[in-house]
Amino acid sequence: MVQIDLEHVYKKYEKAKDYSVTDFNLHINDEEFIVFVGPSGCGKSTTLRMIAGLEDISKGDLKIGGKRMNDLPAKDRDIAMVFQNYALYPHMSVYDNMAFGLKIRKTPKDVIDKKIKNAAKVLGLTEYLKRKPADLSGGQRQRVALGRAIVRDAPIFLMDEPLSNLDAKLRVSMRAEIAKIHHQLKTTTIYVTHDQVEAMTLADRIVIMKDGKIQQVGTPQEVYRHPVNVFVGSFIGSPAMNFCRVHLNGDHVVSDDGSMNFLLPEGRLKKLRQQGYQGKELVMGIRPEDIHAEQMFMETFPEDIATAEVTVSELLGAETQLYTNIGNNEVVCKVDSRDYVKPGVKVKLGFDMNKAHFFDPATEMTLD
Amino acid sequence: MNQKGWHKQVGWLYVLPALLLLLTFLIIPFCMSVNYSFTDYNMLTPGLKKFVGLQNYIQTLTDPVFIKSLRNILQFVVFIIPIQLGMALGLALIVNKKRPGNMFFKISFFAPNVVSLTVTAVLWMYIVNPDQGLLNNLLGLIHISPQPLLTSPKQAMFVIIGISAWQGAGYQMLIFLAGLQDIPHSLYEAAELDGANAWQRFRHITMPSLRPTTMMIMTTTLIAALNLMTQAMIMTQGGPDNATMTPIYYIYRTGFTDRQLGLASAMSVIYGIVIIFFTIIQRKVEGRAQKDD
Repeated sequence: MVQIDLEHVYKKYEKAKDYSVTDFNLHINDEEFIVFVGPSGCGKSTTLRMIAGLEDISKGDLKIGGKRMNDLPAKDRDIAMVFQNYALYPHMSVYDNMAFGLKIRKTPKDVIDKKIKNAAKVLGLTEYLKRKPADLSGGQRQRVALGRAIVRDAPIFLMDEPLSNLDAKLRVSMRAEIAKIHHQLKTTTIYVTHDQVEAMTLADRIVIMKDGKIQQVGTPQEVYRHPVNVFVGSFIGSPAMNFCRVHLNGDHVVSDDGSMNFLLPEGRLKKLRQQGYQGKELVMGIRPEDIHAEQMFMETFPEDIATAEVTVSELLGAETQLYTNIGNNEVVCKVDSRDYVKPGVKVKLGFDMNKAHFFDPATEMTLD
Repeated sequence: MNQKGWHKQVGWLYVLPALLLLLTFLIIPFCMSVNYSFTDYNMLTPGLKKFVGLQNYIQTLTDPVFIKSLRNILQFVVFIIPIQLGMALGLALIVNKKRPGNMFFKISFFAPNVVSLTVTAVLWMYIVNPDQGLLNNLLGLIHISPQPLLTSPKQAMFVIIGISAWQGAGYQMLIFLAGLQDIPHSLYEAAELDGANAWQRFRHITMPSLRPTTMMIMTTTLIAALNLMTQAMIMTQGGPDNATMTPIYYIYRTGFTDRQLGLASAMSVIYGIVIIFFTIIQRKVEGRAQKDD
């Protein structure tokens, strides 16, 4: 059983003015797959490196299995890590790269051999064991890096943007591979990425970070459906959530230029009124997939319709992305491919106000 | 002229300056030396030189001083390469760590290299002077009796080895430092997470990563070592009892002090062959090391 606890963890680099990581609190369960996601410089890699022991912790405690680890050097933490640039030993063969950690730990030779052959089989590396990293493709190198972590049988895997050096197609297949490996080994894993798709597809729980602070922790569904603030709403989901400033007038929300004027469902209205937002400004967020072009929807919700001018339309196969202007607001929507229209055409779009999100304009926190 | 032919011409044009220099300062003098080596050319009587066949070669190969000088240079090479490389790597490791005052160390370690060999040789003569020298005084402090140093046939060569290593290590430190800084930091981090301690990281990451640098430094050290002359000339004049006589110094003395250019030329040719032999051995060693990689 390996649980990881980060308690009020801070990181400040020498000579830096501000903290790179501020008051980081997280409990990670055994066998859990946690993804740290956020834009560059949000402190996600720094946090991972503190767990690995590659960076000192300025304040706070890191506990693994209940034991405080702050002062334990990286080599004694028994953690396996996959680096963004793979960090394969260039002078060693694939076999020796994987064997290195085991040799250092004085594992018997036959055990090492068995483990490496198993891992190589799982990762499809059997025929490359004698090659040097320089003779491998990016995807193969990535697999060796994974293999090096797997053979160690370490209780914790850390992965620092392991797929970001691969091309798009390979990234998708390696993503599936990582998911498969975690499913088999059930090793507690912390995975750092700036790609929200990787986060959504791999994670048991996602930790969304910005400016060194945790914004939200939750399952992919939670963070997608109930973003706690504008940042999380905008970061998770592709294309990103649409935002616009509206006022709550009576039972309608109205955009500043009047181009959007939507009736709110009863429950939502009540909640906003209770919080004292009647007549006040709000930030409305709505996901592209919650904007509809079907006749059915418009007939059901006749008071949640706006007229939009299409500026760009992208046919993606099963669906179409429309980039539109509604008054002064740019709105992106994802509709059925049958509703494809050419740029320049005006269309009616229905907004599913049950799925809209509202945020306070000052704090940017959710009001749901 | 077709394009391929033209390319060829341009290629020759590019190497022409280097070729001219090689021709003037290497190939022509070498041919002249070979020519002189079969004559009794004396600088005082150049007009009287005549062909003497293999006489100069026979004289050289039976000259105990020349044979001794070869033995001396072999001893010098065998000791200086590990000592100087070890020192250079050690210094590079010291200055590679980020710590305050690093620049001071870098400059101090490199300084001997920018001072002329003659100047350092004279300075060291004060330090290793058996009677009032600093070194013997220091040894006295730890109750070691004064050593004869440069005046002893047994110790003189080792003193020269030490001084030469001290002087040469700074430059090689810089090359090692560049090599060290080329090693990606993530390799050390990966090794650390693999459980490697500091020594194991040095042994399995630093050493193999520095192999090409080490090979290059070994080659340049070998070349410099085989050319040893200034230190011996200034500090010991090849003595005592020819213990620090080096082939280059002996050739110089024969040719320019004794003015027997014919004989000196024969020595040069023989020493040239010895150097080629050294180079072949080194190439073999290097080739094997690369194969191991």
